[in-house]
Amino acid sequence: MEKRAIFQGRLLPFALVAPQLVVTLVFFYWPASQAVWQSFLQEDAFGLSSEFVGFANYRDLFAKADYYRTIGTTAFFSALVTALSLSIALFLAVQADRQLKGATAYRTLLIWPYAVAPAVAGVLWFFMFQPSLGLVSQGLRGLGFTWNPLLDSTDAMALVVMAATWKQVSYNFLFFLAGLQAIPKSVIEAAAIDGARPVRRFWTIVFPLLSPTTFYLFVVNVVYVFFDTFGIIDATTAGGPAKATETLVYKVYSDGRVGGDLGGSAAQSVILMVIVIALTAVQFRFIERKVQY
Amino acid sequence: MAEVVLTGVGKTYAGGVTAVTDVEFTVPDGAFCVLVGPSGCGKSTLLRMIAGLETITTGTVSIGGRVVNAVEPAERDIAMVFQNYALYPHMSVYDNMAYGLRNRGTPKAEIETRVREAARVLELGDLLARKPRQLSGGQRQRVAMGRAIVRKPQVFLFDEPLSNLDAKLRVQMRVEIRRLQRSLATTSVYVTHDQLEAMTLADMLVVMNKGRVEQIGAPLDLYRRPETLFVAGFIGAPPMNLIDVAIGPDGLRPVAGDAGIVGGLGIAVPATGARLGIRPEHLHVVGDEPAPEGGIALSYTVSAVEAVGAETFLHGRLGATGPDVVIREPGTIAAAPGTVRRVVARRDDLHLFDRETGRRIPLDA
Amino acid sequence: MVEHRPFGTALAHLTLLIGIAILAFPVYLAFVASTWDAATIANGKMPLTPGPLFLENYWRTLFVGTSGTTRQPVGGMLFNSFVMAMTIAIGKIVISLTSAFAVVYFRFPFRMTIFWLIFVTLMLPVEVRIYPTYKIVADLNMLDTYAGLTIPLIASATATLLFRQFFMTVPDELVEASKIDGAGPMKFFRDTLVPLSVTSVAAMFVIQFIYGWNQYLWPLLITTRDDMQTIVIGIKKMIVTQDALTEWQLAMATAVLAMLPPVLVVIVMQKLFVRGLVETEK
Repeated sequence: MEKRAIFQGRLLPFALVAPQLVVTLVFFYWPASQAVWQSFLQEDAFGLSSEFVGFANYRDLFAKADYYRTIGTTAFFSALVTALSLSIALFLAVQADRQLKGATAYRTLLIWPYAVAPAVAGVLWFFMFQPSLGLVSQGLRGLGFTWNPLLDSTDAMALVVMAATWKQVSYNFLFFLAGLQAIPKSVIEAAAIDGARPVRRFWTIVFPLLSPTTFYLFVVNVVYVFFDTFGIIDATTAGGPAKATETLVYKVYSDGRVGGDLGGSAAQSVILMVIVIALTAVQFRFIERKVQY
Repeated sequence: MAEVVLTGVGKTYAGGVTAVTDVEFTVPDGAFCVLVGPSGCGKSTLLRMIAGLETITTGTVSIGGRVVNAVEPAERDIAMVFQNYALYPHMSVYDNMAYGLRNRGTPKAEIETRVREAARVLELGDLLARKPRQLSGGQRQRVAMGRAIVRKPQVFLFDEPLSNLDAKLRVQMRVEIRRLQRSLATTSVYVTHDQLEAMTLADMLVVMNKGRVEQIGAPLDLYRRPETLFVAGFIGAPPMNLIDVAIGPDGLRPVAGDAGIVGGLGIAVPATGARLGIRPEHLHVVGDEPAPEGGIALSYTVSAVEAVGAETFLHGRLGATGPDVVIREPGTIAAAPGTVRRVVARRDDLHLFDRETGRRIPLDA
Repeated sequence: MVEHRPFGTALAHLTLLIGIAILAFPVYLAFVASTWDAATIANGKMPLTPGPLFLENYWRTLFVGTSGTTRQPVGGMLFNSFVMAMTIAIGKIVISLTSAFAVVYFRFPFRMTIFWLIFVTLMLPVEVRIYPTYKIVADLNMLDTYAGLTIPLIASATATLLFRQFFMTVPDELVEASKIDGAGPMKFFRDTLVPLSVTSVAAMFVIQFIYGWNQYLWPLLITTRDDMQTIVIGIKKMIVTQDALTEWQLAMATAVLAMLPPVLVVIVMQKLFVRGLVETEK
């Protein structure tokens, strides 16, 4: 779609896009291309010279067991947080949607965690599960469970999953509620007259109609778990214990901080970029389809 | 005040689509010119070329003796009323009217005087502080008018300004626009697809079709003497009955259906065929009396009667199976569906057109 | 729902209230902790009701700082966070408004190329190219500066797309009326387009303010000086995960202070926030 009424001007439009273009080129394209270039280079031990090594950095990466473990951790973490936060949010949204009057009030009371920084969310949850003084971990100890996210990798994973889910439920709730409220009431009523009970109605009518929202949220949540949970992980477990909660993004950060292997770190970045681009492409294909309907 | 002169004006878009071809006419100083035609006939494009919102491909447009082809809209000394009014939604009524004056550096006191005066004339005095969304459709229309008036331009341009109003308001605003234009005596060009609006507003009517001018003239002249089939069918409501005719042994006879026309016109019909035009209001149901001198009589089968009080519309066929013909009779008349009636028309009320070229064939030659 | 079942309705309310309670519990706990003394928290016997030290703890947090390490008081961090969030939000809005204006209302060479260059950055969050970006900022001598903290995060395809979408819905006739009223492009931009965009701008502001305020990885890398830290970084540094001597009451007061501005923005501007989120979805 194009505008019919436009302005004339040769330099003005360039002046108008210049600020954004310059920032984009300097801080997006330049570093991204640097990463791609470096991923094909290998530096010598002193960082003085580098040589082109083709895909060697990538081969090295995939030759190490710990990279696979990080991929596994990331996949497990993503799947768990996405599944939990989507289902909890959907459940709450269905309850709120039933209250025609209270829906907005409930929305206010449920959406605010979106605004809490991931790192702060991590701190809040860590405080509850701190082994010696955390209220929840003490309660669990009283019940006979020892809970120590600093030592036990399962406990640590559970902690970051809980904190990440806690933060993401509100966003999903918002979209599910909007999606539910967009379903025409007459469709539900028709199903009721056709004899479908509420639970059956939900799975045969409401849930299928909600599928565009669900799909959108699925992609967004996966991206969220990939990147935005960095703060949560860094504030609670710092990837530990024994790298049990190290995601791909966290690995790029911690490997880079240790320094040394610039090429390997760049190769990790490039793989991440490819993953994000693939996810976005999936999302676009879906949006395209939505436009056609 | 100024006259608007169009010379050989044409518009071809970058894609090669031609919207307007070789338009040529002069709107005299102070006249109200209406461009009318079906949608897509190029009338809006032509108006926008006068406004400077579209570039001119060929020919020239001049306003007040100055060729304005390369002049920016703001410099043409025109004002325009848009179909959707194009009021600035975030500005008050006052600011909407004052904006153009402020951009031109008109002194504050002068702006105030002009806006108040326009508001008085348009009865918008109480609404100056309101935002457009707080106004009714009719009020928005007035603000759009006011925005044009305060500028005191050489030319007013109207792009279907009444089409978003309901029928009653449209009639009311039509009268008002006419009154206002008369009192300001500003040259105006007005675009509409509504032939009734065109007839009632225009001093000068320009009928357009497929990017070309079909006919230019005073509204009643166009009604009485359409030069082309298109104008004949476009001007007048309900539209003129158009019947394909050929010359038979006893004069004219319709091409389709059984015979039904009595009386020849005494002229030669082109070999390619002709089309006879008779307005519904010029056909009269009669008893046994003969057709008027030089006129014609038809046999007419009534199929439906619509009595609306002041007049009666008859729908039916020429002969028993001929083309559809509509008759408009004043008052009420008795005619049962299914009956066959005799219908006559005067020679002066007949129009004959060449079926191939669409041009008028003079009956009085 | 179609059925009228008072019991079902009550159950739904109950479920929602439980959900709200679970969401709010960590925050409530943090607030309670921020009103007790360190010892009460450290021995694990903290009551579930607020303690007596509300004013003292917040005073210390804001203006004094923790005692164990030589950390900055949180007041300065709040200021840094505020500068960062505001600069990012306003910067994004300004450069996105002008670039969307150029792309929609002008025809110029490479217009679509430039549009796509901006568009593709949707897919590249700062996290995936963190070290090369860091290196460029370091080369430009922008470490430990507000410019380094904000400018790399200012380019935003999201805002540009949103504004472009909004501009497309502005009727052409408004441009034409402006032209006839003698307004050039910048006058139209200032007098008509920007005033018409206020709702979109406000919605974008809410989203981007939160985005800026909650940044973590970037300021973590870019700031080395304590006085340049943002509050989200500061709180993390107050907690020594292995160490029971963390001054939890101050850390929790900091957490509450770090949450307050963005949460307030979301709640007060809820309508705009929801609109901003939903519109960027498209």
